Amino acid sequence: MEEKKTMRFSGSSTYIADDDLLQVTNIAMALGKPLVIKGEPGTGKTELAIAIAESLGMPLITWSIKSTTKAQDGLYHYDVVQRLYDSQLGEEGVDNIAQYIHLGKLGEAFSADEKVVLLIDEIDKADLEFPNDLLWELDKMEFYIPETHETVKAKESPIVIITSNAEKELPDAFLRRCVFHYIDFPDDIMMRRIVLAHYPDIEERLLQSALAAFYDVREIRGLHKKPSTSELLDWIRALRYSGIEESRIEKEIPFSGVLLKKNEDLDLLYREKHRGFGRK
Amino acid sequence: MFLSFFYYLRAGGLNVSLTEWMTLLAALREDLHEDSLKGFYTLCRSVLVKSETQFDLFDRLFLEYFGDIAKESEKAIEDIFPEDLLKWLEHPELVPEMIRELMEATGLSAEQIEEMFRKILQEQDEEHNGGSKWVGTGGYSPYGHHGKKLGGIRVGGESMYRSAFRVAGERRYRDFRSDKTLDSRQFQMAFRRLRQLSDHNLQEKTELDIDETIRKTGEAGGLLKIVKKAPRRNAVKLMVLIDSGGSMDYHRGLVTLLFQSMRKAGNFEDVRFYYFHNAIGDHLYTSPTLSWSSRIETDWVLRNIPSEYKVLIVGDGEMAMYELYGGFYWGESLETDARGRRKMRRFTDFADRYPHIVWIHPQDTPTGRNYWNETWWELAKVFSMYPLTLDGLNAGIRKLLVSK
Repeated sequence: MEEKKTMRFSGSSTYIADDDLLQVTNIAMALGKPLVIKGEPGTGKTELAIAIAESLGMPLITWSIKSTTKAQDGLYHYDVVQRLYDSQLGEEGVDNIAQYIHLGKLGEAFSADEKVVLLIDEIDKADLEFPNDLLWELDKMEFYIPETHETVKAKESPIVIITSNAEKELPDAFLRRCVFHYIDFPDDIMMRRIVLAHYPDIEERLLQSALAAFYDVREIRGLHKKPSTSELLDWIRALRYSGIEESRIEKEIPFSGVLLKKNEDLDLLYREKHRGFGRK
Repeated sequence: MFLSFFYYLRAGGLNVSLTEWMTLLAALREDLHEDSLKGFYTLCRSVLVKSETQFDLFDRLFLEYFGDIAKESEKAIEDIFPEDLLKWLEHPELVPEMIRELMEATGLSAEQIEEMFRKILQEQDEEHNGGSKWVGTGGYSPYGHHGKKLGGIRVGGESMYRSAFRVAGERRYRDFRSDKTLDSRQFQMAFRRLRQLSDHNLQEKTELDIDETIRKTGEAGGLLKIVKKAPRRNAVKLMVLIDSGGSMDYHRGLVTLLFQSMRKAGNFEDVRFYYFHNAIGDHLYTSPTLSWSSRIETDWVLRNIPSEYKVLIVGDGEMAMYELYGGFYWGESLETDARGRRKMRRFTDFADRYPHIVWIHPQDTPTGRNYWNETWWELAKVFSMYPLTLDGLNAGIRKLLVSK
């Protein structure tokens, strides 16, 4: 019996994960089950897959799901039309069906010679039944192509990471086969670590003011789209670049268009600023 | 095998399946519990609980079941719970403010605080038992804790962990708890039925039109001519008028569920939401808060939303008679319209303009007439009424599909 390779994920140079997330990731990898990560947009779900691939030195295959995506797209696509055209023009190799079979992302992940990380991004964008259509394939890590009588079977089971923004609920049958984690929006302690990982030389006072202001803005009631981690990082970059005095940050919230992208939200912010954010 | 824990969770309302349980056992075999209670907790949660709305419930059940570990032993808290967990508890910024403040303010020892917490938690539980928040309690416990309320397990050394945990848990996940027995997914499936597929739309032609292709290829003497068509999309346009505020506050949960299902089902060509209070007057609102800034004219809606829209009115239909008919509280208006029907404010205008219209009411279908539901019966003369249950919704949607 060959020795089991124990892979452990412990975060990467730019990805800060809390202990729960690290443990759950390792659980999913050890059990060979897909990991479903749910959370607010901007909480680092996609980045997790990238970080895992980077830290374990594996290639990353990303399948970005759109609302029009069908399960079959991930398996393979048989380009019938091209074959018909080629046959009319007497092209070589028309007999060889395999030439016209193009593997989808899942197919790519399965047929890879080495272990890969497969990221199925924003699975909740697709049709309600989409996850169920992939159940069998994800379970067995294989699928059959009737046109070539070929079974594509994973030589090395890929590590499957599935992200969801919770726009739609996922079907039970699908979730039962997965390991689940919900990424909370980082609290200020966690967020500080994230910012420091991206801007290691940031001044402490700027960091504190920016964080305080950021969470104040998130607290505003009625926001259509709360600012998330990526917006904070962009905002901090803008603040540093502008050289603005840190004492003005919390009061004025300069460059608010970097944090809030909707007109209605900017209006709300304007109102709150004048009311002093309800501070005593 | 922990089977008793499995049944405990299920009895508590967490629908753990056998597959998930087997996965947990496999994980335990692989030593994925990190040799600690917290690690075990995280493992269980990630494998057994698939929605953050159930985290609260799982936390509670887990602690109730494993809290006994501390009870049985005479050891100090530091010997029971692994160091990692204690570090977590001791970290000033991570410990819930309650504990930290208490320790600072009172200078009490850990044991004394535990005593306090024990009492506090007991009170909290007695309050909540029987309340709808604790789904599945009802006092049932299969493990010989008869006579004790669930959660009446108190031990020194356990309550600090538990209260830290519970307060942390509650604070983080409180907003996610949903005690609705109806699943929004069931509603969504109902709304998916509201579809009339049509390929008359302006989308790109991406689908192969087989019949046309065959025909054109035949006409071209066998030379392949590919013809494509636009994919069929749901051409249903929906307008939803929702009664907001007052007696409808009581049904807010259900209406929110309905609203979210409509949005998530996501397959309509257009969906519009307008709000009113009790009766539709000369104004509608684009926000459920019925704020001044969201006012629009009902006439505008009637003029601009074409009659092909299917209309859903969501409301309890309960109001004062004069609100329905117009007039004043001392006498309703007896105004009739051109056809001699009594005018129901603007309701009748909608009923006239939109042939596909149904009324969905969140309360049960009234059985008798009384002071409160008189207006419901009046409205029932004009609209087809369906209750906001899965069956009612399905029936209402079927009615909307029927062409007049």
